[in-house]
Amino acid sequence: MKKLRMSKATGINFLTYALVIIAFVVLQVMGNQGMLSSTLKGQLVPICAYVVMALSLNLTVGILGELSLGHAGFMSVGAFAGAVANVALSVSVPDTGLRLALSMIIAAIFAAIAGVLIGIPVLRLNGDYLAIVTLAFGEIIKSIINNTYIGMDVDGLHASFVQNTLKLEAGGRMILNGPMGIPGIQKTSTFVAGFVLVMVALVIIFNLVGSRSGRAIMALRDNRIAAESVGINVTKYKMMAFVTSAALAGAAGALFAQGQNTIVASKFDFNTSILILVFVVLGGLGRMWGSIIAAAALTVLPEMLREFADYRMLVYAIVLILVMLITNNPAIKNFFESTMGRIKSGKKAKGGAEA
Amino acid sequence: MLAFLNHVINGISLGSVYAIIALGYTMVYGIAKMLNFAHGDVIMVGAYICFFAVASYGLHPILGVLLAMLVCTILGMVIERLAYKPLRQAPSLAVLITAIGMSYFLQNSAQLMWGTNQKMFPAIFGKTPFSFGGITISVTTVVTIIACVVIMLALTWFTGNTKMGKAMRACSEDKAAAQLMGINVNTTISITFAIGSALAAVAGVLLCSAYPNLVPTTGSMPGIKAFTAAVFGGIGSIPGALLGGVLLGVIEIMAKAYISTQLSDAIVFAVLIIVLLVKPTGLLGKKIREKV
Amino acid sequence: MSKVNQNYPKPKLVPVPSTNIIPDRDIGQRPILECRHLGIDFGGLSAVADFNMAIGRTEIAGLIGPNGAGKTTVFNLLTKVYQPTRGTILLDGHDTHDMDTAHVNRAGIARTFQNIRLFEKMSVLDNVLVGLHNEMNNGMFSSVLRLPRHWIQEKRARQKALELLSIFDMQDMADHQAGSLPYGAQRRLEIVRALATNPKLLLLDEPAAGMNPSETAELMENIRKIRDTFQIAIMLIEHDMNLVMGVCEGICVLNFGKIIAKGTPEDIQGNPAVIEAYLGKKKED
Repeated sequence: MKKLRMSKATGINFLTYALVIIAFVVLQVMGNQGMLSSTLKGQLVPICAYVVMALSLNLTVGILGELSLGHAGFMSVGAFAGAVANVALSVSVPDTGLRLALSMIIAAIFAAIAGVLIGIPVLRLNGDYLAIVTLAFGEIIKSIINNTYIGMDVDGLHASFVQNTLKLEAGGRMILNGPMGIPGIQKTSTFVAGFVLVMVALVIIFNLVGSRSGRAIMALRDNRIAAESVGINVTKYKMMAFVTSAALAGAAGALFAQGQNTIVASKFDFNTSILILVFVVLGGLGRMWGSIIAAAALTVLPEMLREFADYRMLVYAIVLILVMLITNNPAIKNFFESTMGRIKSGKKAKGGAEA
Repeated sequence: MLAFLNHVINGISLGSVYAIIALGYTMVYGIAKMLNFAHGDVIMVGAYICFFAVASYGLHPILGVLLAMLVCTILGMVIERLAYKPLRQAPSLAVLITAIGMSYFLQNSAQLMWGTNQKMFPAIFGKTPFSFGGITISVTTVVTIIACVVIMLALTWFTGNTKMGKAMRACSEDKAAAQLMGINVNTTISITFAIGSALAAVAGVLLCSAYPNLVPTTGSMPGIKAFTAAVFGGIGSIPGALLGGVLLGVIEIMAKAYISTQLSDAIVFAVLIIVLLVKPTGLLGKKIREKV
Repeated sequence: MSKVNQNYPKPKLVPVPSTNIIPDRDIGQRPILECRHLGIDFGGLSAVADFNMAIGRTEIAGLIGPNGAGKTTVFNLLTKVYQPTRGTILLDGHDTHDMDTAHVNRAGIARTFQNIRLFEKMSVLDNVLVGLHNEMNNGMFSSVLRLPRHWIQEKRARQKALELLSIFDMQDMADHQAGSLPYGAQRRLEIVRALATNPKLLLLDEPAAGMNPSETAELMENIRKIRDTFQIAIMLIEHDMNLVMGVCEGICVLNFGKIIAKGTPEDIQGNPAVIEAYLGKKKED
């Protein structure tokens, strides 16, 4: 009897999958019926991208327990790698869906490589020092991309750094133009692709968390010294979480970039990293469904607040502060906990009576 | 050679501004163990106050600076009281997000009140530069460096010799123990914010005297860099903030002059990373052994 | 992260000054642990010095001494949480000088902590499953794709974890959050987690702290039971003299970082140096 019962975590995982699928179906139907405003329709791909960003950052912050302030850097690597791949493959892979998928995989690989390079030094540090170094890396990635020039001609891809020294053959074109970014991207991202990516991210994260590796990662979060004392390889598992998180962010970046006309490196700055961190904290550390809802709601919210025009960012700031103050108020917290406790114990009593 | 000397002096000057901002970060971090991301925006508020006092109301620059310090001191204490104090027991991430919210709040309030148009900060320290032997140094540079040294000395004396300074050090070591010794922890934290914010106002005025374009986001990047400087020198350490700030300023100016303007920020951050890898708690930071 | 201490001296094979406290049944076999001239300095202060000790393969050994004597430091040295300044640790004959904490555990030492260190936000079962980490070998790939390998190993590990929990009758708590358990249960869970790593030597740091006399009596039984079932050596730090004298076969007394006495419980109880340093105080109250 006992073995058949679903564990609490499994239940939550299934509800999260259901939440995403239902949201997708409802939005898809509404879109087909013409019930969505054009602004909201245009927001669907970015929402999916930010949801995946939030999920992937939650893996680093909520599951691994390390604060990263440079997550937008990985999104940036993915966005540019993906967009360059999109252009480079436009002739050889004419099918846009397949090309999008390929570009996301390429983006994930590049972001994962960045994750490894950054993770080696960063993960040796602790706490706030780790946070500041991730911030620094985010800024460095931004600077590097801002100074990279990539062009393509019959001979293939060419790149130069700091100065545009590319001499392309006739018929060649510049893809990435330093601070000007990548203009004229063919929009290949669709809401369906976004939905698939969110589902893939969820499967990876849930299956990782509910496994031997995931337990090792969470053990490091809860108590590093104890985890070492039971034979967990600290570097390996920190790296596993960090690089997985980076790869997912890279794929999200590719999705995002290919839903835009133009991308520039300065879009993926410290403020974007912070924005994603806000999704994660508001949604709850380690709580994936919370990240999904927070990311979706807070991406739409500024659009909804358009009528407040100039005041919307101010309102956003105030909402942010108030939510933090309220959710961390001891009196309110106790009230919720005791209410939840009562509901739970009520349920248990019922279950006991039935048995 | 002369060009090099000029760059060094400019670097020290910029670094002095970073150091003054970093002092605010480091003191608040040392005592409240929080990254006060709104600190950079307090700088901006200070600069605006001084700007309006001098440019619009024709006050004497000294009065303008004092007014900016007064307003920022109050602002810092109010922010602490309203946004951070209720979160004293909350997880540090919650405090971080609140600080970020506060930063957005200050930036957007400034935008609404003062507009997004760039303001030209007046040359409050005069325009005639000193020059000797081919080196020209602006008055602002001299004032900045002197201000930084004076502030450093004053703070070192304050934390070492006054009752409140000792209370601050006690609180940063162990708040519970400090409280048991009869120190009012809340007042101490509040005073720390007040001092940090007053310094931010000074930094704002100095920063805008050197780089006169004033916009609501003026404080963000210097704020982040000063925070980096604080970490660089060893967060929580006052001499560390000075050392980190000055080094950061010099590295930034040198990178701009000799390597690449566009890559200067990347170079600054890369140096930070290297320093932290060699000394994980910064140049002058204390190494703490975890008790097992 | 533990790095190999550069100043660490090359292991020198010197005879262990005294191995006399190994129980008769373990004599003739290689001791599970030998410490030779082990020492560590904290900023010039010598916290542990010239620590020499051997533990038999199935021995229950006690490490006692007044507060601040350096007992936990010895555990931290053995598990490489701290790097020794001097001396050699031989675990089942192998020098551990280039191992880190995780490596030492895989080589056969598991421990509990004085200030409980559980994975508080994880369930009781998951805590034990983390202990079984190195008993499993499926990687991230098989887990993310949920290959049969993942399910087979998970199932086996879960069964093993429940069996281990049943030593302390804790299998019904498997779903509880570890941090929400009562104090005594947390201490027991730490022992189960340590046992899950399949150690040859189990280090218990004040296992009876905070327990009432009946719980302590039960713990004594369990310590013996663990030794008998798993045929491993156990070394424990404890202030409860009833437990130490009742369960330990060999005892080592530490004061100011130095061993002041070694022997059987009877030897220790009658040792004037020990009485002066430690038990003397106890008798006054």
